[in-house]
Amino acid sequence: MTDIAQWSQEAEALAEAVIAKYPQKRSALMPLLYIAVREDGYLTESGMRRVAALVDLEPAQVSSVATFYSMYKRQPVGKYLVSVCTSISCWLLGGDEVLEAVESAAGVPAGATDESGVVSPEHVECIGACGGAPAVQVNYELIEGLTPQKATELVEWLNAAQPETLNGDEMQALFGGQRSFDWAIHETDSATGPYPAFQPHGTVAPQGRS
Amino acid sequence: MSEPPLILTARMHAHPETSHTIATFEATGGYTALRTALDMGREAIVEEVKAANLRGRGGAGFPAGVKWGFLAPARPAYLVVNGDESEPGTFKDRQLMERDPHQLVEGTIISSLANEVNHAFIYIRGEYPKPARRVQAAVDEAYSAGYLGTNILGSGYDLELTVHLGGGAYICGEETALLNSLEGRRGEPRLKPPFFPAVRGLYMAPTIVNNIETLCNIAWIINNGGNAYSAIGPEDSPGRRMCSISGHVNRPGNYEIVEGITWRELIYEVAGGIRDGNELKAWVPGGASAPWFVPGEHLDTEVTKAAIDSNGSMTGSGAVIVMDHTTDMVAAAERLVRFFAHESCGQCTPCREGTTWLDMILRRMLAGHGRATDPDVLYDVSDNISPGVTWPPKMTTICPLGPSAVSPVASLLKHFPEEVAAAVERGTQVPVSIGMRV
Repeated sequence: MTDIAQWSQEAEALAEAVIAKYPQKRSALMPLLYIAVREDGYLTESGMRRVAALVDLEPAQVSSVATFYSMYKRQPVGKYLVSVCTSISCWLLGGDEVLEAVESAAGVPAGATDESGVVSPEHVECIGACGGAPAVQVNYELIEGLTPQKATELVEWLNAAQPETLNGDEMQALFGGQRSFDWAIHETDSATGPYPAFQPHGTVAPQGRS
Repeated sequence: MSEPPLILTARMHAHPETSHTIATFEATGGYTALRTALDMGREAIVEEVKAANLRGRGGAGFPAGVKWGFLAPARPAYLVVNGDESEPGTFKDRQLMERDPHQLVEGTIISSLANEVNHAFIYIRGEYPKPARRVQAAVDEAYSAGYLGTNILGSGYDLELTVHLGGGAYICGEETALLNSLEGRRGEPRLKPPFFPAVRGLYMAPTIVNNIETLCNIAWIINNGGNAYSAIGPEDSPGRRMCSISGHVNRPGNYEIVEGITWRELIYEVAGGIRDGNELKAWVPGGASAPWFVPGEHLDTEVTKAAIDSNGSMTGSGAVIVMDHTTDMVAAAERLVRFFAHESCGQCTPCREGTTWLDMILRRMLAGHGRATDPDVLYDVSDNISPGVTWPPKMTTICPLGPSAVSPVASLLKHFPEEVAAAVERGTQVPVSIGMRV
């Protein structure tokens, strides 16, 4: 049997805690895939092998599951994944134009990553922000009510500022407009990479909460 | 009769900045229903929910109390809360999770108690990290306060609650696909029979799957009684429900409605009418899977489950997508079909191939290559997915995703044949091949 590279000590500890939250190990597979993504920047073969070892499956079984879901990226993505919704409600209010603006500002089509590895535009199906259409997520943090102009500014800002963390409230204030509902509650958590910022299953230590 | 009280959004309206915290929740009556429920015992809770005639808010609209009654006697049993909200047009559960997560947690605990469940799960779609963070924070607070864990409030009842993040797949909103996903498998729906969740669900154990919004009603029902709930609104679909309105309206958003108003009132008063004073052309009354309504036939009909059903559509997820007269209906149908083609899990040939072909034909028509035979071919492919193209749909597939893609096509052919004909007439030449970008 080939050696399977372990993750960082922190990730291994997190994986152990995640597995303990389920009656059966295999149920931890999807949260573990997010840990694998965070460790390597995307879902690598070695990451899937580590997940397989942790939940007592064959790597092919893990690969079979990972390929079913759209959020486990099996190719490198940029520092910022810019996901533009083009489903019905966003389309009705200009989602296609927002996608075109993002692609144009990034200089690459949806599904690709720009030359400097900063921005990866993608089109996504409905992200549950229909009342604030058209909507975009950057590293899965939501911005609602964009215009093509604001979308262009968003990509320019990502390129110029290259923030280490992304806060939804901040991005909404800078680039957003109409929202699905009021967000009076201040958002203290931020995303730190192109994967969903959610503990304990996965991904990022939120700021401002122990 | 006076206006019925807000049930789902009362706290977030009254405390817009702190409605998500346990302090505000407890200060506004939170977790009192749990204490009551612990004293009532399992059967009395089920009876109250049955008396409330609370219908599931995920799409199928099945009465929650009756569903609970189907739970097989084997133990352990599980409760899985479906927060995989992905039906285009729907964004109500996101608001309930972000802004009043303890209401959900309390409902989940009471529902677990009622079903003799000692481990519950809240499955939240992967694109919702913010709602998931809020729910997890509420779960953590509930553990610290003794509302979760072992020997809850000294009652001897134990409950673990795990928040699970999905990986990006609409099909996981289908309950058996969700269970496969939660088991760490591909999110492919299971055959029913034999895999009815109440008998063979998570880990093949008896399992209840309820929608987020459904469980957000439970604490109110325990506090006020099932009869008080069933007294609100129409007899057949009582209570309040969330209605997500989007598209070409002046005031899109989530509205907590009582059924019984007309569509005219909902669109023109509640949602503020059509943008720029435009004319209403059509609307989707219950999420992307629902057949369309048009003003000539439906504007003065009632927004009730009974009326919507009898008019050939469904309440579904409660999502209303409004389109004005500038909308190209062939393009709108394509946009809806594209979603289902993208999200088909691929198990069943009629769905996997059929949704893709419907999408490719509509795209070809939009690209100026419509053919005279296209309406017939669209109908024929639809008929292969859902024989007879009837409502409610017949199925050749394991789950309703395939037939869901038929709804917009059938609606297009039924209500807007002239637009289909115009797209055909625009057709200039037959392309050798057509590109796909799904």
